[in-house]
Amino acid sequence: MFGTFSLFDSAFVAIVLLSLKVTLTAVGCAGLVGLPLGAALALGRFPGRPVIIVIVNAFMGLPPVVAGLAVFLLLSRSGPLGGFGLLFSPAAMVVAQFSLVLPIIIALTRQTIEDLWGEYRDQLTSMGAGPLRAIPTLIWDARFSLVTGLLAGLGRAFAEVGAILIVGGNIAGFTRTMTTAIALETSKGDLPLALGLGAVLMALTLAINGLALAVSRLGARFAG
Amino acid sequence: MTSVTSAPSILPLTLDRVAYEVGGRRLVGVEWATIAKGRKTVVLGPNGAGKTLFLRLCHGLIKPSAGTIAFASGIRPAPQQHAMVFQKPVLLRRSVAANLHHALALAGLGYFERRRTSRLILNRFGLGDLADRPARVLSGGEQQRLAIARAVAVGPELLFLDEPVSGLDPSAMRQIEEMLVALHADGLTWVMTTHDLAQARRLADDILFFHAGRLLEAAPADRFFAEPATEEARAFLESRLFW
Ligand SMILES: Nc1ncnc2c1ncn2[C@@H]1O[C@H](COP(=O)(O)OP(=O)(O)O)[C@@H](O)[C@H]1O
Ligand SMILES: [Mg+2]
Repeated sequence: MFGTFSLFDSAFVAIVLLSLKVTLTAVGCAGLVGLPLGAALALGRFPGRPVIIVIVNAFMGLPPVVAGLAVFLLLSRSGPLGGFGLLFSPAAMVVAQFSLVLPIIIALTRQTIEDLWGEYRDQLTSMGAGPLRAIPTLIWDARFSLVTGLLAGLGRAFAEVGAILIVGGNIAGFTRTMTTAIALETSKGDLPLALGLGAVLMALTLAINGLALAVSRLGARFAG
Repeated sequence: MTSVTSAPSILPLTLDRVAYEVGGRRLVGVEWATIAKGRKTVVLGPNGAGKTLFLRLCHGLIKPSAGTIAFASGIRPAPQQHAMVFQKPVLLRRSVAANLHHALALAGLGYFERRRTSRLILNRFGLGDLADRPARVLSGGEQQRLAIARAVAVGPELLFLDEPVSGLDPSAMRQIEEMLVALHADGLTWVMTTHDLAQARRLADDILFFHAGRLLEAAPADRFFAEPATEEARAFLESRLFW
């Protein structure tokens, strides 16, 4: 078994590609939803706002297995969204990772945009921009911090195993990702596969952190 | 960039028995004051006199607790008709040109019009070579010039400036003062705060003298400096005023 493993093994490549696809889709969607929601939470003034902020912050630390369980119940045949038949599919894994990353993105966006609004408020108000018109301005001016936040979400999603294992099921060739493969194949003795995937994960993590550093360096230039 | 001549003038600006209070403390009290068209008004007074709050009241960033602040009969100016430059300029985390584009977009200009106008304005104020630099890495004087350029780019009739040269070296200060004189010659009415007597003497047509939150004197500059009417103003002019 040790001798047959190669980096270009088609099963190996399929696992890596599926991981990338699931995580990038989940984080992309969470960004599209989370950035405007976080900005609205930063600038909006409505009853219940502090409660929502506390809840969102608390959900940042949601244990992945709990998120997985919740999505499992939602998507299982007798659950409210059972009719779509998504359980044990890549789509279910996207939903699980989406729900893990969304609170992170909302919370980081809210904090970043609120701080920036504190700084820009008088100037933007003076130029005739109310809170609603200020949102695109603030999102653009916070772009470097926000991308760093997205990268943090990406890191968490790539490393996560509990949630996607529960809703995806680690089905070979269909829902087997890097982390679920490592978690389950190691115990079955396929160490080369696990080690190879581990190396790819490490490289990804390094790349994400390197990118985050580069982005914040670039941001510091514009922050003056 | 000079005011839109077709729109009716928003001046004079009149303040009538205006008070601004926070937690029961009166921070600004103005019995009566008027900002006339075409005048260079300098709001003078020691630190903490209420100059900044007075500008913010006039510009509409804060609401008076009592009294009225009104532009020429019945006019409710659009945001672009009077602008303000803050003591510490708040520049966006973008290039110099993009800072102008943003202000012009808020004023409703289309894409090509924004580019054209911003190029004109930057060249006029000697910022053309800096167009692509991040605005926040400019020197203090360049940042303040950009802040003023951005404020006048949308063609206001009235400009408020809060201590626009504080913290700048003499040559940057002179550049800003020349810029303000030139803008006035082009038809801009401005109101500037300062605690710098020499600067007030150089620039002012009219003086509004504040002390401890109250407007104590409103007079043409030559009269104010020749014969100040209050003991506080005399003390301030002789640099023996301690608040
Ligand atoms: N929001 C506020 N709450 C309480 N006091 C304030 C507030 N803003 C300003 N002040 C006080 O009002 C006074 C006038 O302030 P300011 O207009 O900034 O003075 P100046 O610009 O003439 O130096 C100061 O004593 C300041 O501490
Ligand atoms: Mg002040």
